[in-house]
Amino acid sequence: MTRLPQGLATTPLATPLTTPWWRHRRLLPWLVQGAVGLLVLVLVAFLLGNLVRNLTNAGLLLTWSWLHNPAGFEIAETTLPFNASMPYWRGLLAGLVNTLQVVVLGLIGATALGTATGMAAFSSNGLLRGLARLYVDLIRNIPLLLQLLFWYFVVFLALPNGAAAVQLPGLVLAKSGLYLGQPQLVNDVWQAPLRMSVEFASLLTGLVVYTGAFIAEVVRGGVAAVPQGQWEAARSLGLGQALTLRRIVVPQALRVIVPALNSQYISLAKGSSLAVACGYTDLYSVAETTLNQTGRAVEVVLILLASYLVIDLVISALMNGLNRLVQLRER
Amino acid sequence: MVRQGPLRHLRRELFASRLDGLISVGLITAMAFLGLALLRWAVVQAQWAVIQANSTLLAVGRYPLDQQWRLWLLTTLLALASGLSWGLLRGLPRPDHPLRLWPRHDRIAVVLLVGLAVVLPLLLQLSLNIQMRWWCITGLLVLCRWAAGRWGQAIPRPWRRWVPVIWPLLYGAGLVLISGGLGLVRVAPSAWGGLLLTLLQASFAILLCFPLGVGLALGRRSALPLLRWGSVLYIEFIRGAPLITLLFLGQNILGFLLPGGLAPDRVWRAAWILTFFAAAYVAEAVRSGLAAIPAGQLEAARSLGLPLPQALIHVVLPQALKVALPAIVGQFISLLQDTTLLSLIGLLDLLGTARTVMANPAYLGKNAEVYLVLAVLFWCCCAALGLGSRALETRLNPNHQPAASR
Repeated sequence: MTRLPQGLATTPLATPLTTPWWRHRRLLPWLVQGAVGLLVLVLVAFLLGNLVRNLTNAGLLLTWSWLHNPAGFEIAETTLPFNASMPYWRGLLAGLVNTLQVVVLGLIGATALGTATGMAAFSSNGLLRGLARLYVDLIRNIPLLLQLLFWYFVVFLALPNGAAAVQLPGLVLAKSGLYLGQPQLVNDVWQAPLRMSVEFASLLTGLVVYTGAFIAEVVRGGVAAVPQGQWEAARSLGLGQALTLRRIVVPQALRVIVPALNSQYISLAKGSSLAVACGYTDLYSVAETTLNQTGRAVEVVLILLASYLVIDLVISALMNGLNRLVQLRER
Repeated sequence: MVRQGPLRHLRRELFASRLDGLISVGLITAMAFLGLALLRWAVVQAQWAVIQANSTLLAVGRYPLDQQWRLWLLTTLLALASGLSWGLLRGLPRPDHPLRLWPRHDRIAVVLLVGLAVVLPLLLQLSLNIQMRWWCITGLLVLCRWAAGRWGQAIPRPWRRWVPVIWPLLYGAGLVLISGGLGLVRVAPSAWGGLLLTLLQASFAILLCFPLGVGLALGRRSALPLLRWGSVLYIEFIRGAPLITLLFLGQNILGFLLPGGLAPDRVWRAAWILTFFAAAYVAEAVRSGLAAIPAGQLEAARSLGLPLPQALIHVVLPQALKVALPAIVGQFISLLQDTTLLSLIGLLDLLGTARTVMANPAYLGKNAEVYLVLAVLFWCCCAALGLGSRALETRLNPNHQPAASR
């Protein structure tokens, strides 16, 4: 038997005695959290108390009944029929539908443009590669709002009307709008099965061009992440260029691309709230008018925040579903 | 690799196959048409008088004329501080490069600076008095850079360590110079405008959102559930909303949330909203950096006896921030771009001022000229930030592999 050095046996016991209770290993984290939580709670209570007091004084306490009052304003273009005698909620809904319309078309356009430009970075043509690089570097360093104003005021509002309009096969660009299908000039006015207002067209163009540049970077990064050996192996198996892309490269690149696309799609949806810059009436724009007429700041902001949150969540959910499809399934 | 002549190179790049040749010819024709049209517009059609007549308005907004000497003083101080820091940085010994007073990049930068200082005032048709001021400021910058590079090493080391402190001091002094106080006449924030307001808002938000973002990122990765969920809630709430709705919230609800009279001025409200907005995005960038650091780093630091805050500050954060640097600077660039949204809530930032200029009947229909100038300005600022970030990246890590950023 060996003798224990003196004091060793008592050391573990001594520790809890010498440490003050508030520095206990288990307790300390909860004390820190409790303090932070209490601080936040006091702050929130203070702010909410002020809010209730100030709103009561102003006679604007939270209520939703005003949503049923007639709106009294017109919306220039709506997919959902709307006029000034309809209630506020209908106007906000029409704005939401307008937003969704531009977001959905924008997502499709930006994906197409971004994919094409991203793939152009791998072209054997040096000029094409350079132009793709130039596009990305130019667009990403200029604010979206400035670009929207540019498209609206400098490009689309400068288009001529009538016979002088820009005529492309199946498409006419005039100041009075964009005409798709088989446009025909009747009494100096263009008519076509499909018409887009210049406001909508400039917003859509701006969003597509801006987000397209970011998506191009995502696509380029995703394809570049596929090891060179994969291309070589596919070629040595005798696969052609198109088949290599479709069966070998794209499925692997998508695993990198899809998660990054999610945040680009969400930023496009949020960017659509700048529609007011090119005179298009989206949800934000209707909300602003509603606030000016009713003074219901809190309710309007809550509606706005909730709507955009839901749009973001829907996009995220869809992209997560897509992500599960393209990710590698191991057994 | 065999060195090829420029013609050979061009042929391989542009005309490797028949399809490539067709594409190249098409692109070159289109580019030539577009370039010629743009050149013709810029030289013949465009009327640049709208910029020349409003250059002061675009630069500082409606800042009182008799107080503008304060802004000149601030610009001079900024030039001096930049020259000093630049020179001292170049004077630092580096292991991988021989020490040279004027490396190639610096020569290019100086030529560009001097060229801009001579050409821009001429193009803007500023008065000779103001042109001279710009020459003097640029001259001072270059002189300071030269002196600091030449004799910077002679300053004793403990003194040199205090040089970075110049910048926060200068920022505080700048705020006093701009807004008044300490014996200077007060200039209300509503009188600030143009580029001045844009830069002020962007720099304020960048400086404050960084520590906030780091705190939130650490909170999100913390083991303490309350802190973690609080951070997650904040970050996701902010990232779920478009900036314009948050600015809208700031302008319309902040007044209700605070007791009467405590709510800040409209300009400062926007600055705080920008800060809180950017903090959530910076937090996500920092979090990606933190995720790249192996858990062993923190455990090793802790097992050496470092308390948690010190382990984070001295071991984990320096590595994480280095990884996250491109993403963080990317966020700063979008923050600078996002300041344009202030014009939508009625503030007179660069874009807001520009829109008031275009609303003036004398300059109706001069949209293209004004937007082009603004786009060039923003492009230069953002591209400079991006270049700076890449330079810093290579500086921090000589064997660094450039990664796709932003």
